[in-house]
Amino acid sequence: MGRIVLDKVSKSFGTTEVIPPLDLTIEEGEFAVFVGPSGCGKSTLLRLIAGLEDVSGGVVKINGEDATAVPPAKRGLAMVFQSYALYPHMSVRKNIAFPLRMAKLDKSEIKQRVEDAASVLNLTDYLDRRPGQLSGGQRQRVAIGRAIVREPEAFLFDEPLSNLDAALRVGMRLEISELHKRLATTMIYVTHDQVEAMTMADKIVVLQAGVIEQVGSPLELYRSPRNKFVAGFIGSPKMNLLEGSEAARYNAHTIGIRPEHLTVSTDGNGWQGVVGVSEHLGSDTFLHVQCDDFEPTLTVRADGELDLDYGARVSITPDLNHLHLFDHDGQRIG
Amino acid sequence: MARSVTTQRKVFNTLLAWLIGLLIFFPILWTILTSFKTEAQAINDPPLFLFFDWTLENYAVVQDRSNYTRYLWNSVIIAIGSTILGVLIAIPAAWSMAFIPSRRTKDILLWMLSTKMLPAVGVLYPIYLLFIQLKLLDSRLGLTIILMLINLPIIVWMLYTYFREIPGEILEAARMDGAGLKDEILHVLTPMAIPGIASTVLLNVILAWNEAFWTLNLTAAKAAPLTAFIASYSSPEGLFYAKLSAASTMAIAPILILGWFSQKQLVRGLTFGAVK
Repeated sequence: MGRIVLDKVSKSFGTTEVIPPLDLTIEEGEFAVFVGPSGCGKSTLLRLIAGLEDVSGGVVKINGEDATAVPPAKRGLAMVFQSYALYPHMSVRKNIAFPLRMAKLDKSEIKQRVEDAASVLNLTDYLDRRPGQLSGGQRQRVAIGRAIVREPEAFLFDEPLSNLDAALRVGMRLEISELHKRLATTMIYVTHDQVEAMTMADKIVVLQAGVIEQVGSPLELYRSPRNKFVAGFIGSPKMNLLEGSEAARYNAHTIGIRPEHLTVSTDGNGWQGVVGVSEHLGSDTFLHVQCDDFEPTLTVRADGELDLDYGARVSITPDLNHLHLFDHDGQRIG
Repeated sequence: MARSVTTQRKVFNTLLAWLIGLLIFFPILWTILTSFKTEAQAINDPPLFLFFDWTLENYAVVQDRSNYTRYLWNSVIIAIGSTILGVLIAIPAAWSMAFIPSRRTKDILLWMLSTKMLPAVGVLYPIYLLFIQLKLLDSRLGLTIILMLINLPIIVWMLYTYFREIPGEILEAARMDGAGLKDEILHVLTPMAIPGIASTVLLNVILAWNEAFWTLNLTAAKAAPLTAFIASYSSPEGLFYAKLSAASTMAIAPILILGWFSQKQLVRGLTFGAVK
């Protein structure tokens, strides 16, 4: 259960085409993450799958059946919204029970399932409260509880963690990942945060301006980004991208090198430059180095204990095995 | 620096508020006072305020001369009936305008409201003829329908404003949870909009209760509500002020009491959305 296929799906609002026809398959049990900058159409794509927006063209298939004209209520998908979208007039218990009530299950079964979901999500003590009396993290759990009780074909998450503070976000990220391992249900997760994408996904779908730039596992995308956009978007801190004479030496328009594939030393060959700001994370230090020969500042990952003063002269050597080459159109050539 | 409210200022504000309140309430108070005077005292010059021979005679006469209960029932049925009917039609209408607006939604809303700017007498003739054709003249059903129609733009407009305050994502969540249109409106939208719906209902009951033009023109005896009851005591010569006042007091008493008990709701409703 839970295989979702998009076949030439497109979406226009009026005369503006936000998603040109695209094909995408999300396999059963997969954790797929749609990631991209804001306005790239990732939420729209999710809403097309949910049925909350009508497609302008193409076919949405759920488990091999054409669901394009099926209303959201009948698609068997559950969704967790960014704003949680809990029913403010209902208690937590009733919120979680709502999908089951709509499915006309009998009372004892509903009670059982709600209590099971609540215990999984540590909500048992809050069942009789209203959403207004809960913290952000608890509300998020209720929203997830409401999604899991009905055992849907797939879960759709629309930036569910972006309203939470940083610490809570990391915790919830783990909880959702664990939930996926336990339920083994298809999940589609939309985020603009590439860290969330990298840490949670089986499959990342990178979108830009409604177009799929690349689909692949987190490490595939990290190791061999198909183009300059994916190279710059996946990975934190960003990949260093250089154009001009440095790139020309490798017969490329642009070369890319990740911060961890640069070695810094105080004496040696390679690119000569001056250390600007150093960011000490403890485990690592990120140095921002201004080289003499080219404009863009290089980000270099160095040992956490490395202590270089602002303005110190260094030399930087790239690991040529991890060089990414891109042509004039930004496509990968090696 | 915090703004300090001195006692002096408080006293002044309170007195001013009372003064304005009394000024607005004065016509009603005068009507009620007059209803307890004799006809001679009612037209006394200078007017008598509190020191006159209080009498219930007018009420007795009015009670004796006309069937108050019948008028009252007609008013209750017409006011409540037209409001319920209006709300039933307006909820889905406002739902669609608030949550799936089209390019024309704003125009439709304005157009609906524009019908309220038309002098009612302008359509009296066609409506009268229609009522004859449909055999609705002097019937409660006919009045309920006409009052529902004339208040519908206000009901839709008010509900639209309330619904706009409800985040669309919650309704989408209901849809994802398997709720059909009926369940979505019944179990999610309506309960969330209850305060708004309540004040809409109250305001429209009051509007329908006080509506005089159509109730006077389209009724004769059977379906006549309290507006007709009052009108039957107003004579061109203006001789029976005391009895007219007694009739008026009896007509406005129920709605006055309703308004008094629900003033919190009403104020909330009228200022809803002004401050988030």
